[in-house]
Amino acid sequence: MKRLSAVVAPIALLILFLAAWEAAVRGLGVPRYILPAPSGIAVSFVSHFSELLYHAAATMAEIVLGLLFGGLGGFGLAIVVFYSPILERALYPLIVASQMIPVFAIAPLLIVWMGYGLWPKATVAALIGFFPIVVNASDGLRSPSVESVELFRSLGATRGQIFARLRLPASLPTVFAGLKVAATLCVVGATIGEWVGAHRGLGYLMLQSNALLRVDLVFAAILMLSILGLLLFGAVRIIERRVLRWRGTD
Amino acid sequence: MSSTAIRVQGVTKAFAGARAGAEVPVLASISFEVEAGTWTTLIGPSGCGKTTLLRILASLIEPDAGKVSVGREGAAAYLPQRDTLLPWRTALDNAILASEIERRSRLEARSEAVELFARFGLSGFERSYPFHLSGGMRQRLALIRTFLAHREVLLLDEPLGALDPLTRVTLQDWLLAVWTELRKTIVLVTHDVEEALLLSDRILVLSDRPATIARDMRVDLLRPRDRASADLAATKARLLDLLLEGR
Repeated sequence: MKRLSAVVAPIALLILFLAAWEAAVRGLGVPRYILPAPSGIAVSFVSHFSELLYHAAATMAEIVLGLLFGGLGGFGLAIVVFYSPILERALYPLIVASQMIPVFAIAPLLIVWMGYGLWPKATVAALIGFFPIVVNASDGLRSPSVESVELFRSLGATRGQIFARLRLPASLPTVFAGLKVAATLCVVGATIGEWVGAHRGLGYLMLQSNALLRVDLVFAAILMLSILGLLLFGAVRIIERRVLRWRGTD
Repeated sequence: MSSTAIRVQGVTKAFAGARAGAEVPVLASISFEVEAGTWTTLIGPSGCGKTTLLRILASLIEPDAGKVSVGREGAAAYLPQRDTLLPWRTALDNAILASEIERRSRLEARSEAVELFARFGLSGFERSYPFHLSGGMRQRLALIRTFLAHREVLLLDEPLGALDPLTRVTLQDWLLAVWTELRKTIVLVTHDVEEALLLSDRILVLSDRPATIARDMRVDLLRPRDRASADLAATKARLLDLLLEGR
């Protein structure tokens, strides 16, 4: 019952919203280049599907690369900061401060340095995505109790063993929580990267369509982008469930 | 043919207090020896430093003064008070943690563990995660893990503290049976006077902080001991008096 309503409730709300949208656009006679009706967006989505797919492939590659490098970098940084109190004091404030810099300000520089290809976008995605992972992984590495660490020490465990057999597995639940946040942020990051300069990708398609007053295509690209985000989020959850099977099934 | 398994000489320990420079003395010149293969229980008012003494015996913290020697290799298996099972490992993999850290044969450790699982009534739960086990089962698993560390001395910090009375009684019997067979040197910390009397050869009563040994008491009752016997009840009353006096 609960599971069913978890699926039905958001869909019902969405349908209601779309119906109101459709009715408002038709009733008020809003022109297509200002706000197309959902039905019009759906038609564009289907008729331009291969084009959308072509751009989605590029965006998805950027997002996945960004998540991969953001994840690895964030986790690596969390480990360094955990084991070196000096580096923690030096780096942590800078890491937090770096999040105050708008990515929009850095993205053009990355284009200058790296060109128009895949990498500047993946870098923007990684820059946004790594922060929740650093924060969550740091908490996770710190999560084992004093008693657990003492148990390992009393058994003669080395620092490496305490890391591999205690801290690393203990950090995984929070790392996955961070990965889920990062997955959605990377979608935003890649799109921002594409807005600043690209010749392929859903962000690029949105800009082009907007300039041509093809608002229906802008919306179709947004729809595609949310599908990518959901797919990625779902993939992270599936991996999480497999890796964290020991947490039980609720 | 008895040998000394634990030797504690003039051990003193203080911890930093809440204010800078202020020190809280916890242990005040504690000395005792424990014969190999015997069961010694530390009992005393809560917060008196029992756990601190046990952690010193486990070489996890250094005493401020005094000397400690434990076992032939100076190594003991320590069972902390709080639940320290690793939730991401199956019961069996939790049990063989020590052998894994010491890089002993995994296969051997596993077959040994399976045997102990049977004796502790955990057969069939080898592949369960701690999440699925009851409190009593988790505690038994932690005990199995401690036994499988293959140390001469076992340091147990209130292993049965958080259990319901029935599970507690069952586990006391189990623990006694396993100990009778393996004859390890055990140092147990407990709040429970009856538990101390049922299990130990000797009871060290600690005073309030800073702890000293207020009383060193041998328990000469034959094992297995009857919880309802008049002897045990009389000794229990004396011990309780002692604890109340010490406050």
